[in-house]
Amino acid sequence: MNRIFRMLSLFVPLLVLSATATVTPGWTAEQKTLILATTTSTQDSGLLDVLLPIFEKQTGYFVKTISVGSGQAMKMGEKGEADVLLVHSPDSEKAFVAQGFGINRKLVMHNDFIILGPASDPAKIRNAKSAAEALKAVASSGSLFMSRGDNSGTHAKEKGLWKAAGINPEGQKWFQQTGLGMGETLNVAAEKKGYLLADRGTYLALNKKARLGLEILVAGEPKLLNIYHVIEVNPAKWPKANNAGAKAFGDFMVSKKAQNVIRTFGKKEFGSPLFFPDAGRLPASLGL
Amino acid sequence: MDLILEGIIKAFQLLVSLDDEVLGIAMLSLKVSGLATLVSLIIGISVGTLIALTSFPGKKILVSLVNTGMGLPPVVVGLFVSILLWRNGPLGFMELLYTPGAIIVAQSIIATPIVMGITIGAMQNLPSNLRLQILALGATRIQMVWMLIKEARLPLMAGVMAGFGGVISEVGASIMVGGNVRGYTRVLTTATVMETGRGNFDIAIALSLILLLFCFAINYILTYIQQRERPR
Repeated sequence: MNRIFRMLSLFVPLLVLSATATVTPGWTAEQKTLILATTTSTQDSGLLDVLLPIFEKQTGYFVKTISVGSGQAMKMGEKGEADVLLVHSPDSEKAFVAQGFGINRKLVMHNDFIILGPASDPAKIRNAKSAAEALKAVASSGSLFMSRGDNSGTHAKEKGLWKAAGINPEGQKWFQQTGLGMGETLNVAAEKKGYLLADRGTYLALNKKARLGLEILVAGEPKLLNIYHVIEVNPAKWPKANNAGAKAFGDFMVSKKAQNVIRTFGKKEFGSPLFFPDAGRLPASLGL
Repeated sequence: MDLILEGIIKAFQLLVSLDDEVLGIAMLSLKVSGLATLVSLIIGISVGTLIALTSFPGKKILVSLVNTGMGLPPVVVGLFVSILLWRNGPLGFMELLYTPGAIIVAQSIIATPIVMGITIGAMQNLPSNLRLQILALGATRIQMVWMLIKEARLPLMAGVMAGFGGVISEVGASIMVGGNVRGYTRVLTTATVMETGRGNFDIAIALSLILLLFCFAINYILTYIQQRERPR
């Protein structure tokens, strides 16, 4: 019998752990949880790590952030698997709201997309007049271009830019898709010395820590604006969605407090802010 | 090279200073995967023993299925568990998606066939006359099964190691059903993926080291017992 006890003693730590696990608060689903489906850029830049604790403290909601691409985030909203979205894919957002999946779409903030590439710039796109021209040069020189390829907001923007340049990059040898988040794709492009489209926030945050060796080659066009909206999932369509929480989150994101956090976030660490607050402004005022 | 070196140094700083967040992530990993292993042991050993000790038509197919399950890809489990647990899915009323409970469910599904497969193998490797001997000595059926499990305990421990090692190092299912929610469902593997994406390689390395440490510690303890109890 001794041996059995010895064997059992092995499982005791496991049992103790599981016992403590079951009494950990928040272990089971709580009533006041809020599922926020958002893009990888808001999480990878660290903005949500600053904003969410303030929101949680203020309202008592527990926010479950599911960080995926904007496309997947909206899919989750369509299926009623999220309560509120913070996304940056304006065209598909409009369709999302028009189809009745979302309500109360509000402008939150913007930053901009930039085209990055290795310092050697084999396609000579530095100082290109426009993003379209730069992409044409990348294509005609056959230089490696890394695409997100994950239906994220950045990917949607990139597809729009390719279209504007009149090029279909799909299936080209120099065009590779990672299918990963912004941070990971930046890492891949840095390793492979490729060009890519990225949002400035994630690039600044990552470059500071990882020294990517990629340079900003094209920026500053109105077309390259990266605009974030908050959208509540339509409770008429999905009664299980926590609309009270979604509304609270939407209101919080455009509140003075949150907008001030957004304005100053990253300024100290990166020298320039990563996002620019836009609450209450019309998209037209951004030059769209 | 700088990056790796700096990463390792920072990693040790985080470990030595017992950084709250890193510690929380590590403890959650241990809890979730420990509990999942426990569930898989209860189901795996009991059902595995039953399969091994009985004979019925279709047994070979069933055993093959269990053995296939030993290599069940975590992402596949993650996908199906998420579909089942979706708020508007068949088990949505349980409100389990994006909770640690959901990770335990997924990891239990991953670990159970591993434990079961090893149990079946261990039980079938026992001398076939042993059962008759035990019964002849006047044991009841339950006592006989208990004796057999005791007899097979060393290979069964390999099952514990394989099961635990499989689930604590698994990332696909954890990120899909857990969602990598900060301070709630963020475990070592999902945090490593995220911190790498954020360019925080130092934290990522620290988390990896903790993961390796856990795997080593658990396997060391089990191996130690296994070796000490080697049958004479």
